[in-house]
Formats: sequence, C-alpha cells, structure tokens
Amino acid sequence: MFLLLPFDSLIVSLLGISLTVLFTLLLVFIIAPAIFGVSFGIRKLYMKTLLKIFAWATLRMERGAKEKNHQLYKPYTNGIIAKDPTSLEEEIKEIRRSGSSKALDNTREFELSDIFYFCRKGMETIMDDEVTKRFSAEELESWNLLSRTNYNFQYISLRLTVLWGLGVLIRYCFLLPLRIALAFTGISLLVVGTTVVGYLPNGRFKEFLSKHVHLMCYRICVRALTAIITYHDRKNRPRNGGICVANHTSPIDVIILASDGYYAMVGQVHGGLMGVIQRAMVKACPHVWFERSEVKDRHLVAKRLTEHVQDKSKLPILIFPEGTCINNTSVMMFKKGSFEIGATVYPVAIKYDPQFGDAFWNSSKYGMVTYLLRMMTSWAIVCSVWYLPPMTREAEEDAVQFANRVKSAIARQGGLVDLLWDGGLKREKVKDTFKEEQQKLYSKMIVGNHEDRSRS
Amino acid sequence: MGSCSSHAARIPDVDSIQRETGFSQASLLRLYHRFRALDRNKKGYLSRVDLQEIGALAVNPLGDRIIDSFFPDGSLQLDFPGFVRVLAHFRPVDVEDHGNRDPQEPEPLNSRMNKLRFAFQLYDLDRDGKISRHEMLQVLRLMVGVQVTEEQLESIADRTVQEADEDGDGAVSFLEFTKSLEKMNIEQKMSIRILK
Repeated sequence: MFLLLPFDSLIVSLLGISLTVLFTLLLVFIIAPAIFGVSFGIRKLYMKTLLKIFAWATLRMERGAKEKNHQLYKPYTNGIIAKDPTSLEEEIKEIRRSGSSKALDNTREFELSDIFYFCRKGMETIMDDEVTKRFSAEELESWNLLSRTNYNFQYISLRLTVLWGLGVLIRYCFLLPLRIALAFTGISLLVVGTTVVGYLPNGRFKEFLSKHVHLMCYRICVRALTAIITYHDRKNRPRNGGICVANHTSPIDVIILASDGYYAMVGQVHGGLMGVIQRAMVKACPHVWFERSEVKDRHLVAKRLTEHVQDKSKLPILIFPEGTCINNTSVMMFKKGSFEIGATVYPVAIKYDPQFGDAFWNSSKYGMVTYLLRMMTSWAIVCSVWYLPPMTREAEEDAVQFANRVKSAIARQGGLVDLLWDGGLKREKVKDTFKEEQQKLYSKMIVGNHEDRSRS
Repeated sequence: MGSCSSHAARIPDVDSIQRETGFSQASLLRLYHRFRALDRNKKGYLSRVDLQEIGALAVNPLGDRIIDSFFPDGSLQLDFPGFVRVLAHFRPVDVEDHGNRDPQEPEPLNSRMNKLRFAFQLYDLDRDGKISRHEMLQVLRLMVGVQVTEEQLESIADRTVQEADEDGDGAVSFLEFTKSLEKMNIEQKMSIRILK
C-alpha cells in the first residue's frame, strides 16, 4: 500500500503536467491564432508532406500490381464510355443516311433504323450516366492511405501496410482527440459567447462583439477539422442586403464560409444540440430559423427572406439552392426560390480536394455523427473558395433562367460539371415531363416532314 | 468502413464471362464497378427498379423496352453475367475476329446478326419472330408520345410494314428486317466503346 503512494502521486503529477503542456500548446498554436485570424502555416506544411507520401504510396501499389501482371483499377471521372455530343436530329439523320441507298430525300418520315438511336442512347446511360455517380464519393486517382478509398487493396506491400498502420495510429490516437477537444471548445464558446452578447443592449458595440464571437468560434471549428482553405477574390465578399449562394457538398460548407464572413443563416429549427446552438446564435444577431411546419409554406419562406433582405442593416443570407449534398464533381439544379426575391446574388464556388479527406456527406449511407467522425479521422479537409462577382436578375429573364446563369458561373469557376438534373433525384424518380421533351423532338422529325409533304 | 475494392479475380466466373462476351478484363472491371454502383441496396443483383432509377434512362422513350431486354422470360433478378451478356451486344466489332474465328464456335454476341436481332426484339414484343402492324404501332406510339395523332401514326406504320414486307403476310419477319437494313452500318451505330 505504502509503496503505491509515491507512484500514484508521480503518475498524477505527470498527468497534470502533460495536460497543462498540451493545453498551453493548444492555446498558443491553435486557439490564439483563431481568435486573431492569423496562421502559422503549420497546416500548409502538413499538407505538403502528406502529398509526397501519397505519391510514393501510389507508385508502390503500381509496382506491386505490375509484378503480379494485373491491372490497377483507375477511376475515370469523365465517364467510362466514349460519347459523341450530337443531337437527336443529327444522329437519326446520319443513321438514315448510312442505310439508304437513295439520295438523301426528305420525304422519309419514319425508318426502322430510327430505333437504333434510342436503343444505343439507352444502353449508354445504363453503362454510365451523369447523375448516379454524383451521389457517391468521388473516386481518387492515387491512394491517400485511408482504407475507405482503397480500390486496389491486394497490392499493398509490407512497407505500405506499416505506413498505413502508422497513419491509423496518428489519425485516431493523436489527431482525433485533439480535434474533438477543439470542436468542443469551439461550440461551447459559440453558445456561451453569443448568449452573453445577447444580453447587451442593441448597438454598434453589440454588433462588433457578435461578429467577432461568431468568427472566432468558426475559426476554431475550422481548425478542429484541420481545414486548409484558400480564399480567392475576397473583394467580392457578400454585403448586407444580399444573398450568398454556393454549391453544397456537406454541412461543413457553412463553417467554411462563415469563418471568413459574417452571415445570417437560414434553416429549420432542430432539436438537441443543434437547437441549443441555433437559439443561442439568434440572440446575438438575427438569423432566419423556420419551424418545421413553416418550411412547407413557400410563400411564408419567401416573405421572411424578402423582409430580411430589404433591411439593409441585416446580414447577407447564406443559402444552398441545390437543396441536398452533391459529391462536388458537379453542380445540380438550383431551386428557384432564392432567385425570386429580387436581391443581389453573390455566388460562391467551393471545391474540395478529395485527396486529403472527402467532405461529401452521403446522407443515405452515413448519419451525422458517423460523418463527423469520418471527417475528424481524415488527414485534412482542403478546399478552395472563390467569391464570384455579384449578379442580379435581368429584365427579360425569369427566376429559373437566372438560377441557371448563376449555376453555370459557379460550375465554371469551380471546375465542376454543370448539370440540369435535380438533386432530388437522389431520392425520387425523374418526372415524366422530361420524357415528353424527347418525344416532342422526335415527333417533329417524322411529322414535320409529313406536313411539308402535304403542303407541297 | 467498406472499401470498394474490385479486382478481376473478385468477379465470379470471370473467365467464362470473358470468353462468352469478348470483353477485356479492364472493361469487365469497369462494368463490374458500374453494376455494383447501380445495385444501391447491395443485394448482389439488379432489379427493374434499379435500372428505372437512372434518370437519363427514364426519359428515353424506349426506356422500358430496353429494361425489358435485360429481364427475359419474366425473370426478376439480373446478375452480373446477365448484365454483361446484354451489354456485349454493343461491343464494337473487332476487325481481327473475322479472320481467325473458329467456324464451330457460336457467333460472338456483338456480331452484326446479333446486333440486328437485339434491335428486332425491341419491336417484336410477343417474340413470335414477326413485327406485326400492331407492334409497329406500339413502338411508334412510345417514341412520339402524345405528339402525333392516331391516323398519322397508323399511316406511317402501314407504309413501313408494306415497304419491308416481301412475302405479303402483313408483318415484318427477321429476314425482311435485315434485308431492309442491309446497307446500314450497324457495326458502328450499335456500338459503344469502353475507354481503356
């Protein structure tokens, strides 16, 4: 018994000292810079080192595959089949031309060979379509030492396995606890800070404090995810009375944008921890939270947003018009609601680099907690944010055209594929109206000719 | 965490599938990945619904017919060999195949005849070997929807059957079908090239 006591106190004091050292380091290297918005560049160095290791790992796997005389599976982001970008009319005309021995005469309405066009197009979509692949994580060209992204598991040599094991150790035993501690600090500071600021009388001082409390806490959360963000064109940042729209990949988008600007959030009121955070935030500055019942009422939503936007003292609203998370290789249809309000739109393009950690939230596969854990056990979240010049709706275009214009600008800047498909296809089937468009095009070909004939 | 590792050796019966379809190992690997991606609930096979959920296929006027061709004889489950067997019809024709093909072996799935046969069965719903006027009308109706009147469609169907019909039985048999398309470059129009 007596022998244990000195050991006990030794262990306890060691523990105490190490905790204090850890906390001081945390404070100095992470939290203090977050408060003041400066950076030591530690994360960038980390990123460079990781890139070198990944390149080496992929080379080893290729060598391993070559030794066994096998093919390494390499994903293609542009699709696996060769496609010709021709229209329905052109293709069918060409098919007819190649089959007809007569000179090209326009009196032919329908040919047995017309079916080939639809048949081949259908088969092409079965082999590879634009939408299905947008709802699963993007495939990487080189391995990043995470088992979740490995397609060529059997080519790993002993050295690679050791490296991978080391990676697991670092990520789960060092990075994860650190990040959880930071996240905890960030969120509690946010709740406490905004509640405290809420008690102050309205005025410039309150606004100033509120802005800085928000920014500081978001910056701590950014470091909690080891997010390495590069902002471009910060002069185009959203101003009061505007709406900021961005492409949606994950809930982290909010943290990334809000750590560089002061926005009013829009969303549904949740229960639990989210609800606590939401209620605290709204005390410090006016965010727009909707009750679950109000969300269905589109007019009510539009009305509240319009009121918010017309008050120039209120902050710019942050909205994700896709309505659902897409895997960051494309931008899908923007819902027209936010484009009908008539405010200036500030488009923002967010592009993640999936090498270090895929930020896409596949909500059908993972719940929120699993997702956050995956985020915190990745190497880092690296992304680029581009602030595009503001856009307003022009006189002749309607909300849908305006939405598509903004979407194209964002897709072009971020290097994403611009799709007209609705992100809701993740859960629902496509509407029949689209099939009618194809049928209309084809009918024009065969009946349009018929009308010409009857006229002559 | 579910690694999506796929290797040619993991595909069951890969050698027999390769022999039957003529796809290279690399292509089979890509198609296997695609098969797994379409199989959202990880059942190990595809059902009609899995194919119907492909947006671009649902807007294809012949989408349902194409899906039917994967489920012959009323079957409800599509396994990977069946999937690839149908897709093999669209493999581009290799020029070398004709030279050293063993005449005893069955015709490759992507031969001209087999491609034509595939297109024929999109018309011939009841599989009686003939495209009747009624079946022609049905396919036309699928392709134009509500945009064309019944009379116009009937006259088009009548004309088409008359032109192709040689033995005067009021229907288009497979031979008549191939004859009317003998000049068509089927090999190119019904081929899809998989990138290496």
